[in-house]
Amino acid sequence: MTFINYASREINCKIVYYGPGLCGKTTNLQHIFEATAPQARGKLISLATETDRTLFFDFMPLELGTVRGFKTRFHLYTVPGQVFYDASRKLILKGVDGVVFVADSQEERMDANVESLYNLEENLQAQGYDLMKLPYVLQLNKRDLPNVVPVAELTAELGRKQEPVVEAVASTGAGVFDTLKAVAKQVLTELRKS
Amino acid sequence: MADTPILLRERQYHQLKAVLARLRMDSAARVVFLVDKDGQEIASQGEIGTLDTTSLASLAAGNVAATGGMAQLIGEKEFPTLSHEGERESIHISVIGRLLLIVVFDERSSLGLVKLRSKQVSQQLSALIDEIAQADFGDEDSPFAEITDADIDSLFK
Repeated sequence: MTFINYASREINCKIVYYGPGLCGKTTNLQHIFEATAPQARGKLISLATETDRTLFFDFMPLELGTVRGFKTRFHLYTVPGQVFYDASRKLILKGVDGVVFVADSQEERMDANVESLYNLEENLQAQGYDLMKLPYVLQLNKRDLPNVVPVAELTAELGRKQEPVVEAVASTGAGVFDTLKAVAKQVLTELRKS
Repeated sequence: MADTPILLRERQYHQLKAVLARLRMDSAARVVFLVDKDGQEIASQGEIGTLDTTSLASLAAGNVAATGGMAQLIGEKEFPTLSHEGERESIHISVIGRLLLIVVFDERSSLGLVKLRSKQVSQQLSALIDEIAQADFGDEDSPFAEITDADIDSLFK
């Protein structure tokens, strides 16, 4: 939920990266963290297991600049992708302003993508949100791997509402900022409407 | 959308800060701050120094959300207060409607005192929070109504 502070002239918005296990959600945040000037971002907090799998969430505040005299700050979160962490995923979606679905483009992960997307729709609904009305971007990650499903096929299977679709290789940073820009733009456009 | 944005006016912000300042003094705390349940910091008072309040706010909200989830599993609505006691520094969190009141304190204070003082201000904070929630900005010009695509694009240059 957007928080607008007229005293400190700040807008705060929450963006959640969702997707199946090992699709690259944390890698997206890590790239943003590494590629952003230290004064524009806070710490990257990772609540992960000993084997670096996300346990609860990753979090990073990012300041993009000023719009109409208001500092815009985005709070970026990832959810744990593994199926059995569903209770945590539900909690992290609370108060969300925009969602990025990170799909793993590899053929063998297609079922996991479909399951995770269905889980996203269900969990959003449980919190009173409708994916069709929420700022949303579909990122097709791992495009550098040999066994990827063609973009048209992935979009047909996972696309929901003419959302922006961004091809990415999060490990090198390709497409990461395009994704963030696409979702942030929709969130700010929503503010204009409300 | 499930939630409406929280809009905080300057006057309300200073009222909240004044309540927090008094609570901080009365409870001999190091830092007192108010965050919403989604982890966004709203106001703070005290010896902030190098303390990363943004991360602390997000983790406190995660903490309350997780224990709230546990509460529901055992048939409780929520756990209205949480305390974490360390060797030197401790944290007390109270749930007040959609906001969380977080008090960071050290050996200069005690958990009992912090609990008592937090409870004493919770009604006052609750009234202020209700007022913020009911604020109607309908007649005023929203600074965002005029945002252009160029404004948004300029953020990413």
